[in-house]
Amino acid sequence: MGDKLQNRRLMWLSATGLLIFFGLWTFAAWVELAPRKFLPLPWDVVERGFALMSRPFSGQTLQGHLAASIDRYLRGFLLAAAVGVPLGLLMGWYRWLDNMITPLFDSLRFIAPIAWVPFAALWFGTGIGGPTMIIFAGAFPPCLINAYRGARFVEKKYIEAAQVYGASGPRIIYEVLLPASLPSIIAGLRIGAGAGWQSLIGAELIAANSGIGLMMVRGQGALDTSIVMVGMIAVGLFGLLVDVALRGVEAWVNHKRGH
Amino acid sequence: MSATLRDNARLWTGTATVVGLVGLWLIGSASGFISAQNFPSPEQFFAAAKQLVVGEGFADGRIHEHMLQSVKLILLGFFAATAIGVPLGLWMGWSRTAEALVNPIFLLVRPIPALAWIPLAIVWLGLGDAAKVMILWFAAFVPSVINSFTGVRSIERPIIEASAMLGVRGWTLVKDVIVPGALPSIFTGLRLSLQGCLTALVAAELLGALLGMGKVLYQAGLDIYPAMILAGMVAVAIVGFGLTAILDFVERRSMPWRTTH
Repeated sequence: MGDKLQNRRLMWLSATGLLIFFGLWTFAAWVELAPRKFLPLPWDVVERGFALMSRPFSGQTLQGHLAASIDRYLRGFLLAAAVGVPLGLLMGWYRWLDNMITPLFDSLRFIAPIAWVPFAALWFGTGIGGPTMIIFAGAFPPCLINAYRGARFVEKKYIEAAQVYGASGPRIIYEVLLPASLPSIIAGLRIGAGAGWQSLIGAELIAANSGIGLMMVRGQGALDTSIVMVGMIAVGLFGLLVDVALRGVEAWVNHKRGH
Repeated sequence: MSATLRDNARLWTGTATVVGLVGLWLIGSASGFISAQNFPSPEQFFAAAKQLVVGEGFADGRIHEHMLQSVKLILLGFFAATAIGVPLGLWMGWSRTAEALVNPIFLLVRPIPALAWIPLAIVWLGLGDAAKVMILWFAAFVPSVINSFTGVRSIERPIIEASAMLGVRGWTLVKDVIVPGALPSIFTGLRLSLQGCLTALVAAELLGALLGMGKVLYQAGLDIYPAMILAGMVAVAIVGFGLTAILDFVERRSMPWRTTH
């Protein structure tokens, strides 16, 4: 009974919080604290979002830009996962590989992924290749680190048991290290997915010929704040969607393993 | 003993790898296998670094001016965000009421990556320092709130119950129970905030700045000057390394009870 009352109270508080946020925004826009062009009303942003779906801006509709971004994103992220996870597992097993790559990786880690943009544009252009490389630069480190840590912290007894039965290195990696470090790998994929998406937006803002980032930067150039805000909402929603999906996979894997 | 041997092996293999790569770089550049239009030769890189550090500079400044400008903005954004974010996260972690009130707004802001704030910041505040501090604020704010929040929630119940039984309240409660309990997680958040700031600043400066490391990268990319791009990236890495090392030091000093990390 008390719990129910408490929950009701908390729900009201949450509603109040949202109301204050949108109330302040609407009020500030309504009294034109800043010109409408810079501070649009919330429903103007929604309306602009729907308009962008049918009328192209900077050569594409909203869903066209989003599709271009997602295309690059999938390429870059899948490449990062396909290289990072196996390499991390191999480094977790073969000491010499670990010794070779870790110092190199540790020194490259301090370069922000976005700092690769000039080289990416120079080497792979501003179409698909350049931005894809930036997504890779953002998503690769978490994929690698988590697979590596997962493999390193597998309990010794499992490895020893496999060795007793005469399993070879590759077989131990595939049949012992991979399943045992799966939760860590998936957590890494989730972090990498977020980092990759953020890097892609950065790359598209700076150097790309299509995509949601380009739409935002063109909106900025036209001093059209509602286009910029539509872009931010689209970016936020897609990022959230990917995160929720990967969280689902994470929960499913942990459930299967009986955690 | 075996740990030292292993460290030795790592040191030798690591050094050999780096030496090998530098060797490949030298040979590749000299033989023309690595095209100078794509990646600089060692001589070109050192010439560019010299120009940037002691010569006439590049993109309207020498390296110390660019680095100072960038570090100044990072620190401004970092402190402005964490000074609000950490207390807010702690408060949300401690009080269900605060969580209920603030969390819905926070959930709206959280999925938007810091870099997606850049166009809005430029429209609102222009290309100067104010826009960059706004971007950095968002980059550092989200991780500092989340991790302070989880830090409080991860304090063990017996500790909280004991402090309640002893009648610990007010400032003493914050200072002796909440903050020390949440500190490891707070530092995780600060580390993520700092990384976020560095990335966001480089991106913001690449999009428009008068001075800063991102400006060096932008100008070098525009001039198709690969040696200077590489020099700019080295500068970014040095700043990233330096700021992280300072935070590591502060972390070790603040939590002397943790021997390893």
